[in-house]
Amino acid sequence: MPKLTVEDLKRIKAQERAAFSLREGKFRAKVTVHMGTCGLAAGARDVMDALLEEINNANVTDVMVTSSGCAGLCAKEPMATVEVAGQPPVKYVFLNKDKIKRIFKEHIQGGNPVEEYALVVGSETAY
Amino acid sequence: MEKRPRITLMLCGGTGCIAGGSLKVKEAFEKELAANRLSDEINIVLTGCNGFCAEGPIGIVYPDDIFYEKLTPDDAKLIVQEHFIKGRPVEKLMYKEPVKKHAIPVMKDIPFFKHQVLRALRNKGLIDPERIEDYIARDGYMAAAKALLEMTPEEIIKEVKISGLRGRGGAGFPTGLKWELCNKVKSDTKFILCNGDEGDPGAFMDRSIMEGDPHSVLEGMIIAGKAIGATKGYIYVRAEYPLAVKRLQIAIEQARERGLLGEDILGSGYSLDIEIYQGAGAFVCGEETALMRSIEGKRGMPRPRPPFPVYKGLWDKPSVLNNVETFANVPPIILHGGEWFKSLGTEKSTGTKVFALTGAINNVGLIEVPMGIPLRTIIYDIGGGIKRGRKFKAVQLGGPSGGCIPEHLLDTPVTYEDIVQTGAIVGSGGMVVMDDLNCMVSVAKFFLEFTTDESCGKCTPCRIGTKVMLDLLTDITEGRGKEGDIETLEDLAKDIIAASLCGLGQTAPNPVLTTIKYFREEYESHIKEKWCKAGVCRSLVTFYIDPNTCTGCGACARVCPQKAISGERKKPHSIDQSLCIRCRQCYETCRFNSVKTGPRDMFKKEEPAELLEEVKK
Ligand SMILES: Cc1cc2nc3c(=O)[nH]c(=O)nc-3n(C[C@H](O)[C@H](O)[C@H](O)COP(=O)(O)O)c2cc1C
Repeated sequence: MPKLTVEDLKRIKAQERAAFSLREGKFRAKVTVHMGTCGLAAGARDVMDALLEEINNANVTDVMVTSSGCAGLCAKEPMATVEVAGQPPVKYVFLNKDKIKRIFKEHIQGGNPVEEYALVVGSETAY
Repeated sequence: MEKRPRITLMLCGGTGCIAGGSLKVKEAFEKELAANRLSDEINIVLTGCNGFCAEGPIGIVYPDDIFYEKLTPDDAKLIVQEHFIKGRPVEKLMYKEPVKKHAIPVMKDIPFFKHQVLRALRNKGLIDPERIEDYIARDGYMAAAKALLEMTPEEIIKEVKISGLRGRGGAGFPTGLKWELCNKVKSDTKFILCNGDEGDPGAFMDRSIMEGDPHSVLEGMIIAGKAIGATKGYIYVRAEYPLAVKRLQIAIEQARERGLLGEDILGSGYSLDIEIYQGAGAFVCGEETALMRSIEGKRGMPRPRPPFPVYKGLWDKPSVLNNVETFANVPPIILHGGEWFKSLGTEKSTGTKVFALTGAINNVGLIEVPMGIPLRTIIYDIGGGIKRGRKFKAVQLGGPSGGCIPEHLLDTPVTYEDIVQTGAIVGSGGMVVMDDLNCMVSVAKFFLEFTTDESCGKCTPCRIGTKVMLDLLTDITEGRGKEGDIETLEDLAKDIIAASLCGLGQTAPNPVLTTIKYFREEYESHIKEKWCKAGVCRSLVTFYIDPNTCTGCGACARVCPQKAISGERKKPHSIDQSLCIRCRQCYETCRFNSVKTGPRDMFKKEEPAELLEEVKK
């Protein structure tokens, strides 16, 4: 193995930061995919997979993805809530792979909620 | 490309949690994740000691920051199904505050963690100690890079002097000054040594650092090595710490492979290699001169100083020995500066100190607090108060070299200067809390037994003096104490302190002296009334039940192994003295404080004085 230089240290640090922002709690955005029985039956798993893939491909490290139970609107599943720091949360309904990808690009990365898919702005959950 | 995990479960892999089964828990999680095809989405990391050992095995889930306690392999399925898949944290497995009993899951809200400032333990529970990349991600080796490439030895020493860092191994000697003395000595061979002997009973601060963040010790040693001009380093660890030895060994190999140890580190021109030396676990080998002899392959016995090790140390070469925690504090000082370091603590005791909190306290574990924090905050806020709502009696600081601090001194700030005033010492960080079930004479005897055993035998006052003191304490606790014993103990203590060569003898009497100072009436009641009021010394107690407060719940009768307790339900019970073996189970069990202790002879009839005279003749 070649000897490390200071540049190598910095590079390793940058590479490894991703896993750590998770542990240290520094996030720009949080996505909650509702994965209750209803959500899972409607395809929430695919939505989650697509989102994770998108995040990986874009090499984004400051977006936190969590799952939660049924959002109470089972008829409109799969659903997800997107919270971008400094903006009110947005609830999206009837999601699929392509829709979540667009939400990722436009809302999470771009900061503009995708109105066509959104149900409400704001959320009753006080996290 | 490897998938980046969505959730990380940090499972505690400290010695305590491993003993509690955390490896089995890990296996169970891995199986469950694989079964649900979540293995690359959810990551499990085995960390060093989390510190909250009383609640182990512990698992923390990030990014949600959910704190699970007392995990078993059976819990894996539930957590994976509910929390990881459906996002519903499992409340019944979360931490509950002892007094309140409602689940408070988020780690930052748990009082045990809230008052702490992590510096020496900065990576506690956050990194995988067996991955150097984890350490690097948290600024690891950046301080070494700065010290080696941008600073002169004098600049390093200056920064450490500004920080006010004092040795965390017990004596509290200023670290920068020690380095400066050694730096000024001219020699082509010098040694940098790390003291990981940690012999105090009940202490596990250094073990946790070596197990949980081994690279921080190496980095501290590299920086110190450059400051003094060391050519070789040794870490002295007791063989009873196998996990610490293993993790240090892995860390050393990783650092060597990457050129962070060995020739020309980071292209700086400075070379240092570090080796582990395993000690056999003798308390005296923690003493600096004995430790050096032990590394030389000789019997570990202290020698007179001067010459001090900075001039003549290992193999008579100039050497600096520092404690594990001292080294762990060094990298942040170099990165953030000495001023940053001393922004916490008091003028003469700067920074933070790690303590191993044990005994009759709710939150047993490993903590790091700013120096100057009052003992009371540690015990009641961080420690969560005394177990089972009992009464605080004393806190023992500094292990066998330390002393017992009573209730009325609980507002004492934890600094080197203030703690010494009480007769105890900050020491290396053992903190044993005692409740009213403890007999202070027995506590003193416990520590003296330890030092008597561990005395290397070189100095007569220490070898024989501690034994004579121990015999006196044994007599007192077994009912043979006589008038004048307390004074004899005090006299002996003075002589042992004055005439011993090393710190072992010089401090061995401290536990006896402080208990005499603050709990003298307890010694007196043992000697004069033949009464151990805490009911610990079996030959000096009678247990009886107070009929006025006994509710007749029968709890005492159920635990009595002798069936010596009888009584009708809901009526006051009583103890048959002829059957009682004074195991004190009833005393500890009674929730109404109705089991009382009395003097040994409380139910014995007074022998007529004339009769005694007869017998003597
Ligand atoms: C009997 C005895 C046992 C000791 N045990 C330890 C020990 O286990 N660990 C330790 O760091 N220092 C121990 N010391 C203190 C060391 O002699 C030395 O002061 C210390 O390692 C220096 O490092 P520091 O300045 O960083 O504290 C002991 C001292 C005595 C007298």
